Amino acid sequence: MSTATTHDDHHDHGAPSGLMRWVTTTNHKDIGTLYLWFAFIMLLIGGAMAMVIRAELFQPGLQVVDPNFFNTMTTMHGLIMVFGAIMPGMVGLANWQIPLMIGAPDMALPRMNNWSFWILPFAGTMLLSTLFMEGGGPAFGWTFYAPLSTTFAPASTDFFIFAIHMLGFSSIMGAINIIATVLNMRAPGMTLMKMPLFVWTWFITAFLLIAVMPVLAGAVTMMLTDRNFGTSFFDAAGGGDPVLFQHVFWFFGHPEVYIMILPAFGVVSEIIPTFARKKLFGYSSMVYATASIAFLSFIVYAHHMFTTGMPVAGELYFMYATIMIAVPTAVKVFNWTATMWKGSMTFETPMLWAIAFVFLFTIGGFTGLMMGIAPADMQYHDTYFIVAHFHYVLVTGALFSIIAAFYYWAPKWTGHMVDERLGKIHFWWSVISVNVLFFPQHFIGLAGMPRRIPDYSLQFADWNMISSLGGFAFGLAQVFFIYVIIKTIRGGKAATAEVWEGSHGLEWTIPSPAPYHTFETAPEVK
Amino acid sequence: MAMDERKQANRRVVKRLGMAALLMFGFGFALVPLYDVFCEITGLNGKTGRIELEEALSQTVDEDREVTVEFLATVHSELPWEFRPMLRRIKVHPGEVIEVNYFARNMTAEMVTGQAVPSLAPGLAAKYFSKTECFCFTRQALGPGESKEMPLRFIVDPELPENVRTVSLSYTFYQAKPEEAGKEISMGSGTLDSIM
Amino acid sequence: MFAKTLKGAWYSLWGAVLLLGAGNSYADYPINLTRGVTDISNKVFDLHMLIFWICVGACVLVFAVLIYSIFTHRKSKGAVAAEFHESTTVEIIWTTIPFLVLVAMAVPATTTLLALEDTRDSDMSIQVTGYQWKWKYDYLDDDISFFSVLTTPREQIEGDAPKDDTYLMDVDNPIVVPINKKIRFLITSNDVIHSWWVPALGWKQDAVPGFINDAWTELTEPGTYRGKCAELCGKDHGFMPIVLVAKTQEDYDAWVEEQKGAAAAAADAATATLTMDELMAKGETAYNSHCAACHQANGAGIPGVFPAIAGSAVAIGDVAKHIDIGINGVPGTAMQAFGEQLSAVDLAAVITYQRNAFGNDTGDMVQPADIVAAK
Repeated sequence: MSTATTHDDHHDHGAPSGLMRWVTTTNHKDIGTLYLWFAFIMLLIGGAMAMVIRAELFQPGLQVVDPNFFNTMTTMHGLIMVFGAIMPGMVGLANWQIPLMIGAPDMALPRMNNWSFWILPFAGTMLLSTLFMEGGGPAFGWTFYAPLSTTFAPASTDFFIFAIHMLGFSSIMGAINIIATVLNMRAPGMTLMKMPLFVWTWFITAFLLIAVMPVLAGAVTMMLTDRNFGTSFFDAAGGGDPVLFQHVFWFFGHPEVYIMILPAFGVVSEIIPTFARKKLFGYSSMVYATASIAFLSFIVYAHHMFTTGMPVAGELYFMYATIMIAVPTAVKVFNWTATMWKGSMTFETPMLWAIAFVFLFTIGGFTGLMMGIAPADMQYHDTYFIVAHFHYVLVTGALFSIIAAFYYWAPKWTGHMVDERLGKIHFWWSVISVNVLFFPQHFIGLAGMPRRIPDYSLQFADWNMISSLGGFAFGLAQVFFIYVIIKTIRGGKAATAEVWEGSHGLEWTIPSPAPYHTFETAPEVK
Repeated sequence: MAMDERKQANRRVVKRLGMAALLMFGFGFALVPLYDVFCEITGLNGKTGRIELEEALSQTVDEDREVTVEFLATVHSELPWEFRPMLRRIKVHPGEVIEVNYFARNMTAEMVTGQAVPSLAPGLAAKYFSKTECFCFTRQALGPGESKEMPLRFIVDPELPENVRTVSLSYTFYQAKPEEAGKEISMGSGTLDSIM
Repeated sequence: MFAKTLKGAWYSLWGAVLLLGAGNSYADYPINLTRGVTDISNKVFDLHMLIFWICVGACVLVFAVLIYSIFTHRKSKGAVAAEFHESTTVEIIWTTIPFLVLVAMAVPATTTLLALEDTRDSDMSIQVTGYQWKWKYDYLDDDISFFSVLTTPREQIEGDAPKDDTYLMDVDNPIVVPINKKIRFLITSNDVIHSWWVPALGWKQDAVPGFINDAWTELTEPGTYRGKCAELCGKDHGFMPIVLVAKTQEDYDAWVEEQKGAAAAAADAATATLTMDELMAKGETAYNSHCAACHQANGAGIPGVFPAIAGSAVAIGDVAKHIDIGINGVPGTAMQAFGEQLSAVDLAAVITYQRNAFGNDTGDMVQPADIVAAK
C-alpha cells in the first residue's frame, strides 16, 4: 500500500541515480541522509569556529583574531550549532527512523519533506555569507539581544534575519510532517502508547516547534522593521523596550533547548533497553515526564532574565517554576538507571555513548538546577559557568545522543556493522577530551570570568589553557569520526536484520541495509 | 486507513497545524501589547502613568507620611544637549501634587528635537506614581543655543506600599527620530500601530 | 568486585580533594565562587555551597547506583536480565523525594532573594551608566560625576609588554564608596545593554538603555574590589572593567573634597595655553584610552565599520568641524559626544594629536580655550 503522493515511485523500486536523485527525492531515507550530512558538515564548520575561539582564549592577550571577529565567531558558532547541526541532525534521525519504527511506508507529506530539507542549504549559505560582508557578520551573540542587534548591528544583520526566517520555515514544515506521520501513518495495532519512545519524544518536540518557531520569526521580523522601517518595538527612544525583546526571544528560546534535548532522551531510551536486554523501565512515566517537561518549558522562560530588573515576585515565581523541571528530569534519569539495574548489559559503542549521555547530562542538569536558584544566578549569570552548563547539556547531551544514534542505527542504514575498535577509540577520545574542555569552565565561571570575552585577566589563564587543549583534542576526535563514517558506508561486516542481540521494534524486522521502500504493506503490530 | 482517507487526514493536519503556526506568529506580536498591559498592572520596568489634573487634586493628602523622590537625568550621547534636574531630591507627602523643573539647553547651532523617556525605580512603585504634566508627553524642540526649564507635575498615590520610602525618577533624553516629527508618543502602546 | 569499585571511587575522591586543596593554595587555579565582602554576598555564597553539596550528594547517589549496576549487571558476568519494567510505587517515591529536596532548597533561596532586592532605607545613591565601552558614575548627593575607562596599555594586550597582575582590571577613575553606608546603585545605559558586576558584592544588575534598575550594597571593609561588564555589549565588551574602592568615612570625605578641587582645577586648566609637545603627549594618551578602540591605535580604523583618522577629510579639513564632531559626536553612528566625557584640555590635545599623527601633518594646534568657546 502506498499513499497517492508516492505514486510515482511506486513503479520504480530502486533508487534513481545521479545528482537529481538527491534534489528531487521524496524518499524519507534519502531525505534523512541529506539532513544528517548537512548537520555533520555544519557541525564541522561550527566546530572550526569553536577552534578559533579556543585558540584566542588559549592564553591572555589578543593573539589570533580581533575582538569584533571573536564576537562574530561566538555568535556564528552558537547559531550554526543550534540551527545547523543539532536541530537538522535530530530531524535527520526522525526522517530515517519514525517511518521505520511505526511501520509506515514513508513520511506523510513526502514533497513537503523535500522542500523543508532543501531550504536548509540556502539558509545556511546565507548565514555563512554574512562573514564576508562589509562590516562583518552578526557579532551580537546567538541570543541577539536588542539594541545591540538592531541599532548597533552591522548591515549583514538583515541577511541573518532572512536566514532565521528560512530556518524557521524549514523547521515548521518538518514538524508538521512529523505530527501528520505519527497521527496518520502508524501501522495497524501501533497505538500511541505502544510507540517507541523516540517517536514519542519527537512527536512532542514537533508541537513545541510549531508553538515557538513562529514566535522567533515574529521576533526577528520586529527586529527587521525596527532596523529598516522606523518602528520602535525594542528602542527606548521611540517608546519601545529592549527587555521586551528578551521576553519574546526566551519565550522561543527556552522551549528551543527542550526541542534539542527531548529527541535525545528518546534516542537514549531506545539504546539502553537494547543493550541491557531488558524493557525500558516506566514507559508511561517516561511519556508523561516528556510531556510535562514540554509544558513547563513555556512557563519558566524568564529565568534567563533574573538580572534584567524583574520585580521580586516575578523572580520568585520563575525560580519556583524552574526548579520544578528538575522533577520530571530526575524521573527520566531514575528510569534509565532502573532499566540498567539487573539487566544483562553489554557495552557496544552505542551503549557507551548512551551511558556517557546519562552521566554527563546529569551533571549538566544539576548545574542547570543551580542556576534556577535566582539569588545564586545573580553570580552565575553570563559567566563561563553557564557556558559549561549548556555545553554539558548540548554537547554531551544532544550531540552525544546523535552520535550514539549513528552507532546504533548505522548498520540498518548502511548494511555494515561499524568497526567496534574505531568506535571505541572515537568514544574514549571524545569523552575524555570533552570533559577536559568543559569541566574547567565551571571553575573559571565561578571564579568570575564573564562569557563572550576575547581576553581575560591572569587568574583565569591556566584553566583556559587546559580547556583549549581539551577543545583541540575534542575537535580532532570529530575529524576522526569522518573516517569512521566513511569506512562504515564503504564496507564492513554485513549486518543482520536485527543487528543487535537485544534489539526489539519494527525497524529491526526489515533487512539491513533497509530497502529503498519499506512497509509498503503495513505490518501487523500486536 | 484507506489511501484517500489518509490523504484527507494529512490535509487536515497540515491545515490545522499551519493555522496554529500562523496564530503563534501573531502571538509573537501580541506579546508586545500583552507585555504593556502586564507592565501597567505590575509596574514592571518602571513605566509611569498619566492622569488628569482634576483627578490628582481630588486625592487626599497623607500628611503623616514622607516619601523621598530623587530626580535623575541621562542624555543619550547622540543628543548634544545639557539636561539636568533643577532639584536633586524632594520629600513629598503622598497625595500631594508637586511641580518640579528640569533644565535643558541645546548646545549646537541648529534646531534639535528630543524625546524624553521616563523610568522609575523601584519598578513596583511605578503604578503609584502618576504625572499630570510632563515634558516627556511630547517631543521637545530647542532652537540654536536655546535653554528651557521644563515642568513636571506629579503625584504619589497614598496607596504606595508602606515599605517604599525612596523612589528615583529617571529621564533619558534621546534625539527624536525624524520621521515621527510632531507625533505624540504614548509609552509602548503605539508601537504596533506604526507598522500595521 | 564491588569492593574494588568502592576502593577505586575512594581513591578518585582523594584525588579530587587533593586537586581542590591545590586549587586553594595556588591562586592560578581558582575553582569556586568569591565569598565576597558583604553580608549579602556571604548569604549568596552560603546558598551556593548548600545547593552545590545537595547536587553533589544527589549526583553521587545516582552515579553510585549506575556504576554498581554497570560493573555487576553485565552479560559477561553471567547476569540474566530481570523481567520488571514498571512500578507505580517506585515512581511515586522518586517523584516525591526530589520534590521535597527542591522545596528545601527554595526556602533559603527565597529569604536570600528578598534580602538581595531590598533597596529600602539607603544612605546614598550613585547613578551608574554603561557606555560602549566604559562606565560613568554620578554621585547624586555630592554632584560628582566622572567616567571610568580601562587603563591597561595596548602593548600588554597585544603581547608587546609583560602583563601586570591587574591586567584588564585597572581603570583611570575607580568608583569610590564609604564603608558602613547602605549605597543604592541606580543602573542604566547610554547605548546597548551592559551589566554591572563586582563579584565581591554578590550580584550583577543589567544596565538597560532608557530604563533604570536599582541594587544596593553595604561594605564593611575598606579595600579594592574588581569586576567586569557581564553582558555582551559589542566589540570591547571584554575591556570595560569595574574597580570599586571602599574607604572609611573620613577617607571618603577627603576624596569628595579632592574631587571637587579637581573639578575646579580642570576649569582653570581650560584657560591655559599648551605647547605642541604637551598637546601631542596628552593627546596620545587620551587617544589610546578613548579613540583607539574603534579608530585603532594606528588611526587606520576598520574599513566598513569605523572610519580611519589617518588622511580623513575631518582630521585634515576644517578645524571647527573636527572640534564639533569631537564635542557633539555624529548622531546615528557609534561616534559618541565626547564634550561631556573628556576635559577641555584632553579634547584639545586629542584633536591636535589626530591632526598631526598618522601622517596627518596639518601643523594645526587646538587649545583648551577653543574647546570651551565651541561648547
